[in-house]
Amino acid sequence: MTVQLQADILCADSAFRRAAHISFCLLFAILILVVIYSPGFTTKEKMSTPSPSAPSSSHITQELESIVVRFAGDSGDGMQVTGDRFTTESALAGNDLATLPDFPAEIRAPAGTIAGVSGFQIHFGSTDIHTPGDKPDVLVAMNPAALKANLGDLKKGGVVILNEDAFTTKNLNRVDYEINPCEDDQLGIDYRKYVVPITKLTKDALADSGLSSREIDRCKNFFTLGIMLWMFNRPSASTIFWLEKKFAKRPEIAQANITVLKAGMTYAEATEVFSQHSFKIKPAKLSAGSYRSLNGTTATTYGLVSAARKSQRPMFFAAYPITPASEILHQLSAQKQFGVATFQAEDEIAAVCAAIGAAYSGALAVTSSSGPGIALKLEAMSLAVMVELPLVIIDVQRAGPSTGMPTKTEQADLFQALYGRPGESPLCVLAASSPETAFTMSYEACRIALKYMTPVVFLSDGYIANCSQPWRIPDAKDLPAMENRIISETNNPEGSYLPYARDPETLARPWALPGTPGLAHRVGGLEKQVNTGNVNYQPDNHQEMTRLREEKIAKIAAEIPPTKIHGEEQGDLLIVGWGGTEGTLTKAALMAQEEGLSVSRVHLFHLNPLPSDLGEILSRFKNVLIPEINCGQLSQIIRAKYLVDAKGLNLVRGLPLKAEEVLEEIRRIILPH
Amino acid sequence: MANASAAATANYTKKDFESDQEVRWCPGCGDYSILANVQRFLPTLNRAPEEFVFVSGIGCSSRFPYYMNTYGFHTIHGRAPAIATGVALTQPDLSTWIISGDGDALSIGGNHLLHLLRRNVDCVFLLFNNRIYGLTKGQYSPTSEVGKVTKSTPLGSLDHPVKPLPYALGSQASFVARTLDRDAKHMGKILEAAYQHKGCSFVEIFQNCNIFNDGAWDYMAERSLRADAQVELEHGKLMIFGKDRDKGIALEGLKPKVVNFAAGDEQAAEDAGVLRYDDSSIEIALLVSQLDAPEFPTPMGVLYRENRATFDDVFHAQLADAKKRFPISDSVDDSLNELYRSGDVWDVE
Repeated sequence: MTVQLQADILCADSAFRRAAHISFCLLFAILILVVIYSPGFTTKEKMSTPSPSAPSSSHITQELESIVVRFAGDSGDGMQVTGDRFTTESALAGNDLATLPDFPAEIRAPAGTIAGVSGFQIHFGSTDIHTPGDKPDVLVAMNPAALKANLGDLKKGGVVILNEDAFTTKNLNRVDYEINPCEDDQLGIDYRKYVVPITKLTKDALADSGLSSREIDRCKNFFTLGIMLWMFNRPSASTIFWLEKKFAKRPEIAQANITVLKAGMTYAEATEVFSQHSFKIKPAKLSAGSYRSLNGTTATTYGLVSAARKSQRPMFFAAYPITPASEILHQLSAQKQFGVATFQAEDEIAAVCAAIGAAYSGALAVTSSSGPGIALKLEAMSLAVMVELPLVIIDVQRAGPSTGMPTKTEQADLFQALYGRPGESPLCVLAASSPETAFTMSYEACRIALKYMTPVVFLSDGYIANCSQPWRIPDAKDLPAMENRIISETNNPEGSYLPYARDPETLARPWALPGTPGLAHRVGGLEKQVNTGNVNYQPDNHQEMTRLREEKIAKIAAEIPPTKIHGEEQGDLLIVGWGGTEGTLTKAALMAQEEGLSVSRVHLFHLNPLPSDLGEILSRFKNVLIPEINCGQLSQIIRAKYLVDAKGLNLVRGLPLKAEEVLEEIRRIILPH
Repeated sequence: MANASAAATANYTKKDFESDQEVRWCPGCGDYSILANVQRFLPTLNRAPEEFVFVSGIGCSSRFPYYMNTYGFHTIHGRAPAIATGVALTQPDLSTWIISGDGDALSIGGNHLLHLLRRNVDCVFLLFNNRIYGLTKGQYSPTSEVGKVTKSTPLGSLDHPVKPLPYALGSQASFVARTLDRDAKHMGKILEAAYQHKGCSFVEIFQNCNIFNDGAWDYMAERSLRADAQVELEHGKLMIFGKDRDKGIALEGLKPKVVNFAAGDEQAAEDAGVLRYDDSSIEIALLVSQLDAPEFPTPMGVLYRENRATFDDVFHAQLADAKKRFPISDSVDDSLNELYRSGDVWDVE
């Protein structure tokens, strides 16, 4: 059926073993078995009566390396919760995985419409998983709109599970289905279609629960989860525990969901089709250690909290709500016990300004937003450049311009971060590539800000923020040490304190906190005199201060470890990436290498300054390919700075790049035409 | 903004609060007198200069911090309230002052001022109102009268002005007062009241720009006119004014009016219905804040004060409460390791 689905297939029936590698044979064989063994079963694979007498000889457990599952439903159908729970159970089963939620910008778009479809994709397996997967192998569609919006992505021959009860005439008409897909034979030929009356079965399971019909209806996603857990041989204990905890104050709701979850599992086990076929994905070979599932948002907040604790500075975090960055504000606001002060400001400008005031007063100051909010902060960021205060600005990028597509990912704020300020206004720019690096790089952003007395932009994106991966839990004692420039005595034996006297190694200025006797001084947005910081408009002084500000940022290159080349040290093509595309680029490079192509890969976490060894590395490859979810921003920088003929692969659809697309571009560049 | 230092032994003088920077306002600018008044007032508090932070935005007034030998931050246009909020929340034990003008505070920074006031951030806010843009060389401001002829409005300005005091009261300010640049004694008294108030103290200072809007306040500021053109608000006292103290503000229904009575006769004033000022009444403050020339004398002094929790206090109380409710390990590394391991954890051998 797919490369992954054709992996080792273990089956009890030897006839199946012979047919194992041909997906369509498999599909038809199942169909035939279904017809033979289940009396209550129609050729449309419609199931409503569980048959407990399934012959065990027919049970197939297909063992796969990895699989991609997408849950899709109305935004009120609880697909994100279903996906989250399925993710946790998969992680606990030891799989490597990556997930990607895809929800509408509208909180509740009209029910049953395409705009209201909410999705959650998980890619999990026994091998290294780099991306949430290009195309799903299994699609769960809770209503016609969800099917319509997602069927095009499903791999040919993939599994599609439909909630029959939602395929009403009204819902079908809403998205222009003339034939009910539940009854559409062609759909059953193109895909492995399972039609399940999920709503009705949920109602049946809760007939005696005493809950209202609305409450009962809201449990149906756990029926779906039950089917999926059984289908993939997942445990359910952690979900049961989670439900008991989440609904501790309403145990009847917890119990109802657990009942429905178990009903879903029992149903899948008892009914023919599911009992004929379940999947087994072995645990991945992860390196030894403790793991947990982590998304980019939580990773970022952990990086920040760690930086606050390790630096022994109070953290001041100020933000204004904006998708997809708000979640950082929410999560940090629940971490006040770590000395993290959070402030929801009246607007984006006030958020960055309050952070700057806090930085002036001695806090480790952080503000976060997304593209449109960053645009509002830029003037204040240039003030932070001028007054040389430690400040971290988090940009969780989303698709623009303007309001754009708030819930969709993009990498188009690189230029804004690098150049979007008045005057020559250099600052440090770092980027995460995954949840794991969102942790390390948000911590690094704080470390550099404090050490160099500079604003640092930390770039994340909607994809990194929301995707989850297993995280090998680090030991806090291994985190890099923090240092700061706090000064308590005058640095000028001959006179008053010199707020702009610089550390010779880093060019950082000292940090005299208000309240410190003898160091009272004034800072501001007007140009400073070298050393004294007094207002100064002299031409040579401005030239010198401009140079100093530039050179200080350039010196941060000393903090960057040698660039890691994934693959050969030289060759036909080097992929240069940055940000959330790393998983895709990893997979694309591996696929290219498997084809025997001479392809290596580097990924940048420091965008300003760039690693000092990058120019030399670029010179060792005949071609340079820079795939980005923008119109070629890093490409322009690399071309300008290193004079190499870098080629871009630039797709701005609000979606992660697909490994296949990158592979195709690699082939196009290095294979003879 | 009250915060008396316990170590009140040192004797500071005006000089201790003067920086070494040359003051560069136009000769004759009202800002000089405000600077001198602040520098005269602060030493009376027996607090060291380093315990004060002056934050300003952009405009003539906003050069103020450079001339103070305290901590100071000359920021960007309109944003001083936001930056000062970060200062006050991070260093609540220091005395935070914000220096702003009518353009800075009410035009580009109107939003931040509103939120500073409603949150009741513990600070003193001095609004230098000269009804003109000085630093950009004379365009009309949001407090300029309609019809103002300036470089940007050669045919006269069209937009209706904002009144700072009703704006502040409407923004839930906990302290609102007004004083005049050339009335040193009055300003000293108002600065003292503003400093002693715990919370955000909003003070409008009528200030003369002798270059671009000279004499804007003369109708009430000229010595010879003051008695008739101003009414001093004092808590518990009748709202009497006039050279001969024979006029007062009374209410007819909900409408204020000027009433006359026998000169100096308080009983007669009371009989005539003259209001006894109550600076704890938001209703009276809102009404009096609207009084304006030429129909009425200009109210001066403290319009309103209210004891209300400051933002700094509740902000830090919540942090302390969180530490109590969700205790973490004293060891930095242990506390972080516990955080990392929250949620579902599994081990790989």
